[in-house]
Amino acid sequence: MIDLAISFWEWLPQWIQILAENILYIVIIMVPLMLSVAYVTYAERKIIGYMQVRIGPNRVGPRGWLQPIADAVKLMFKEIIIPTSSNRYLFLLAPMLTMAPALAAWAVIPFADGVQLADVNAGLLYIIAMTSMGVYGVIIAGWASNSKYAMMGALRSAAQVVAYEIAMGFALVGVLMAGGSLNLGDIIDKQAGGFFNWFWLPLLPLVAVYFISGVAETNRAPFDVAEGESEIVAGFHVDYSGMAFAVFFLAEYANIIMIAALTSLLFFGGWMSPFASWADVPLLGDGFHWFLLKTMFFIYMFLWIRATYPRYRYDQIMRLGWKVFIPVTIVWIFVEAVMAVMQIGPWAV
Amino acid sequence: MLENYLPVLIFMCMGLIVGLVMIVLGGFILAPRKPDAEKNSPYECGFEAFEDARLKFDIRYYLVAILFIIFDLEIAFLFPWAIVLDDIGLFGIVAMGIFLGILVIGFIYEWKKGALEWE
Repeated sequence: MIDLAISFWEWLPQWIQILAENILYIVIIMVPLMLSVAYVTYAERKIIGYMQVRIGPNRVGPRGWLQPIADAVKLMFKEIIIPTSSNRYLFLLAPMLTMAPALAAWAVIPFADGVQLADVNAGLLYIIAMTSMGVYGVIIAGWASNSKYAMMGALRSAAQVVAYEIAMGFALVGVLMAGGSLNLGDIIDKQAGGFFNWFWLPLLPLVAVYFISGVAETNRAPFDVAEGESEIVAGFHVDYSGMAFAVFFLAEYANIIMIAALTSLLFFGGWMSPFASWADVPLLGDGFHWFLLKTMFFIYMFLWIRATYPRYRYDQIMRLGWKVFIPVTIVWIFVEAVMAVMQIGPWAV
Repeated sequence: MLENYLPVLIFMCMGLIVGLVMIVLGGFILAPRKPDAEKNSPYECGFEAFEDARLKFDIRYYLVAILFIIFDLEIAFLFPWAIVLDDIGLFGIVAMGIFLGILVIGFIYEWKKGALEWE
């Protein structure tokens, strides 16, 4: 039986073999990712519930563990309403355009030493491109819905996302200077040597700017004026229902996990262990579990921030992005460049 | 080198396919479709929508978009510079300092002009 399968595999043309192999790897990345997305929504409701002294979902399955599955099944059986005045093809295209880049960005993430689907030399550039693509889905959704709330939400969201993308880009210039490469594997290798060799220390202001910009980029609380339940009900996806809404929702949470993973990769050593000298002790050495742990911590930070801070006003958001983050990052890039060339302190390369 | 990008391309296609499958499967196969005039009207607090939603919008959104293009281009110039900084050394810093200086002057001007104010 196995011989038969092997001979069948060898009989297939080479391009099908390559394609099948890649699709298998992609499924191996995508299925756990989708499950994590589902359970981040559960974690969000549960954690914020406990922070507000409530229990959170606890009816479906033991302790509510099956809640995300029940939500998914429910959404699957709900009608997708396409408003009569909308552009129906753009309306249905928008969620897909949000989903595809949110997933595709994971192609270049190094999960552990050498465990990476595509080891490309411009990995970071590709990730920036993919995270920027998300705004198209939002704008197209707002436009295609042809509803005033959706239009407002889309405009707000687009202006906010582009404002914070600049701060984010500047923060990444700092990482590139320290890492000396666009390849994510190389950036992590540069951080070898334990907790105090990770980039968070020499790039301290940029870590804060990057993470806060990440929160703003994903339109999360306290920067969630694009959704603004109390004024524009749900912003750009107010007219979406059923699975079309679910795709937006999944993309949003996939982006949250992405930002958390990137923060841990670029500033906190990715799969590196914080205890460099104890590398021989099992579980304390480098490995995927460190990457997972750090990413989970930053996802938790997203939820924690949401439970803690009230929503910003729109002019405050724009002021923070343009008048605080951009000057801070420009100054820090300059400081870092001078320090690196003069070979001073931890910035020396 | 370019063949390293093949999985990336396949991943993008897979992302689109996943979105498509979810919407087609969820919205058009499993879910009911019973449209009626009320249900399909655009959402507006229970009112009849009395005009097109594609209104004139605030000029500031447009300004922000223009500023974004300028700064994003700047970042595109900074990326290669940051990577080769070790090789170009002090000359690189001075060159980029002049470039950033001109941009910062423009930034201060637009700040003073109030292009970044939202009331």
